Amino acid sequence: MSQAVIGQRHEIPDLHYLNNGHTIASWLLTKDHKRIAVLYLISVSFMFFVGGLAAALVRLELTSPHGQLFTSEQYNKLFSAHGIVMVFFFIIPAVPAVLGNFALPIMIGAKDLAFPRLNLLSWYLYVVGALIVLTSFILGGVDAGWTFYTPLSSIYSNTQISLCLVGLFLAGFSSIFTGVNFIATVHKMRAPGMTWFKLPHFVWANYATSLIIVLGTPVVAITLVLVILERTLKFGIFSPELGGDPVLFQHMFWFYSHPAVYIMILPAMGVISELVSCFSRRRLFGYEMVAFSTVAIAAIGFLVWGHHMFFSSQSVLQGIIFSLLTLIVAVPSAIKTFNWVLTMYKGSVVFTTPMIYVLGFIGLFLVGGLTGPYLGAVACDVHLTGTYFVVAHFHFIMVGGAIMGFLGGLHFWWPKMFGRMYSEFWGRLSALVVFIGFNFTFFPQFILGYLGMPRRYHYYYFAPEWQIYNILSSAGASVLAIGYLMPVFYLTASLIKGKPAGPNPWGATGLEWNKTSSPPDTHNFHEKIVVTEPPYNYDAISDNRDYRKMWGGEPLEWEKETV
Amino acid sequence: MAAHGAAIDPNEPVVYEQYETIEQQQETYLVGMWSFLVTEVMMFGALFLVYSLYRWKFRGEFFMFHEELSWQWGGLNTMNLLFSSFLMAKAVQATQLKRAKAQMWYLAGTIVCAFIFLIIKAIEWIPKFEHHLVPTASFHWPPHEPHGSGGGSPEHAKIFYSLYFTMTGLHGLHVVIGIIAITILMVMTKLKAKAITDYIPTEMVGLYWHFVDLVWIFLYPLFYLIPR
Ligand code: HEM
Ligand SMILES: [Cu+2]
Repeated sequence: MSQAVIGQRHEIPDLHYLNNGHTIASWLLTKDHKRIAVLYLISVSFMFFVGGLAAALVRLELTSPHGQLFTSEQYNKLFSAHGIVMVFFFIIPAVPAVLGNFALPIMIGAKDLAFPRLNLLSWYLYVVGALIVLTSFILGGVDAGWTFYTPLSSIYSNTQISLCLVGLFLAGFSSIFTGVNFIATVHKMRAPGMTWFKLPHFVWANYATSLIIVLGTPVVAITLVLVILERTLKFGIFSPELGGDPVLFQHMFWFYSHPAVYIMILPAMGVISELVSCFSRRRLFGYEMVAFSTVAIAAIGFLVWGHHMFFSSQSVLQGIIFSLLTLIVAVPSAIKTFNWVLTMYKGSVVFTTPMIYVLGFIGLFLVGGLTGPYLGAVACDVHLTGTYFVVAHFHFIMVGGAIMGFLGGLHFWWPKMFGRMYSEFWGRLSALVVFIGFNFTFFPQFILGYLGMPRRYHYYYFAPEWQIYNILSSAGASVLAIGYLMPVFYLTASLIKGKPAGPNPWGATGLEWNKTSSPPDTHNFHEKIVVTEPPYNYDAISDNRDYRKMWGGEPLEWEKETV
Repeated sequence: MAAHGAAIDPNEPVVYEQYETIEQQQETYLVGMWSFLVTEVMMFGALFLVYSLYRWKFRGEFFMFHEELSWQWGGLNTMNLLFSSFLMAKAVQATQLKRAKAQMWYLAGTIVCAFIFLIIKAIEWIPKFEHHLVPTASFHWPPHEPHGSGGGSPEHAKIFYSLYFTMTGLHGLHVVIGIIAITILMVMTKLKAKAITDYIPTEMVGLYWHFVDLVWIFLYPLFYLIPR
């Protein structure tokens, strides 16, 4: 591996994918996976702040036990808007469509995704879907939650559900096309020598995610169409008035939406595997096991949807079977966690910004993951379902896990995407603020849930003793908001003022760091790629200690000499 | 990088930028198409699941509801679609053998069959609007002049017809998309568009069309041939 001298001055290359064409059309009609990733980054961030605004209003309302700020209807619309935007327009596309789009083709040595035009179509479907959903909010909002349970969504609610569902249908096809694209790319576009067991884990994770998307998303898409037909034309498939089965909707919804939680977390786990290995300067422990556990999670994830419905007319036998299967799915997740920890063990850990996000991820994912079996065990779930315990659980996974992974990955690949370094000081600070704010926001919700506070209520005058926890949570949310806003500023500033990163600022392995410039060329590589090295070959890098020193702020040996 | 710059040979397929060889490009397109068809299978699969559950729940009644559907028209359409699939297979074969004229004729034949399918569908559907068998607010069961016994509960009948119209409707939509796809394919082949330089586009449209056909092969017995 060719190693540049550490700490040396770098220049931004003259021609790269960002300045290869300056017109608006060159962006909006681009077929370059890297430019499409940037488009996704902008649109996904926008939706994140829309969803965050709704969350802020939800938290504001809950500071008082009397629900003084909003009516029940308004509150229903607020948490529905929050859930819908965050799930379908932020967290599902965030890692695959931004980081995956950017890094996956380069990581396997391809010049682009298999179908660049389809990739652009995915983005347009996403944008049109998002605009339709936002329109439905402006025209009156949606009050059935992000889960759209029938018969509330099909018969009783008279809000803008049909329009919103049309938007979600389009967003669904956006992710299906991304999934098809990734599958074909990973199968057929790998460079010579890039065998399946040399693939970086980020690629494995996106591949497994794509399988889930292609198998699961069409099911929820057609289910939502059935709800639209029921609302607009008065068809009756889930209608209890006709002897139909409204719970069937829940089965079909969760058949997708449980695997969807793995659509959210698997790519983030892939990011973590990359980062943990790079910043421990050590080969990823148990490469094969991590790869198999990724695929196992994707497969078993399809068999556990019933754990969302222990109390909606499932038989006891069904409950027990789903309960056991749910407990099994915790195993591969645990395997991954052990492997990350063992990678760090005896590694030389460097506390860069991405690595702090990784440590945050591991801690929070652990809590989120370990509360899963509580909810998966029927006897325990009797008490916990429908309470804030569930809300805390899934936020530990989705916000504490997936978003930490996304931000960690963004900070890791940012120098590659834009060619410049951001401020390490502000980066580390934001990672810390996010971690602290997160715990203040969501840990009290575990206690609230344990005490019995129901979710989706906007008052709790019957239990004013809950107020202190709610205020803690809302205060934490403000800290969290600051943590999320900070990167907007210092990352943007880095685009102008950041010092040129050079091809491989982290001393990482992988084709994207060693065979391309930062930012990469439009066609990614200047040479023909043939892969010979095993993945995560950090043990073969001689100057690991120097990287460690550099990111720890200590002067390096050769720097001392020049002084 | 076969065809770049001046050396474009009109008889050689174009290798797009992101691929190394024509074989890689062709295989990639097929993997992509099959993945998409998996999605389609899951989409119809969900509806077949709903159908199976209600068929099992309302066993006896589904027979009475289905008597209003004409197995003769449905059967004719089944033959028609099977024949269209045959024509499509011939079209793909002709393309692979580079017999451009035959390819065009077979594709045109497929489109004709597709239109016949839609016409027969219309012949079946339009009277159902008049007889209030479309499961909207004006749905009415039993029908005024029933072809069969007209028995069974009106509510369950509405579920049956909701399924019937959703599933055959979604299938019909796929037929329309198929017609559009084949038309675009023919026009672009005729114009010698850059996107079409080998047999792969035809093969992909062909796979799609066989899938549409296959769905109908399941729909026909499930709706039109329910045993007592
Ligand atoms: C950033 C990614 C996030 C995702 C993916 C996410 C997702 C969700 C989902 C799916 C729900 C369930 C909505 C429902 O019950 O229908 C929810 C509820 C909630 N979220 Fe988030 N959320 C995120 C961030 C946040 C943040 C930053 C906050 C706090 C500032 C927050 C506060 C809440 C609250 C309070 C609820 C409960 C609403 C209720 O059930 O009454 N969320 N979130
Ligand atoms: Cu689940």
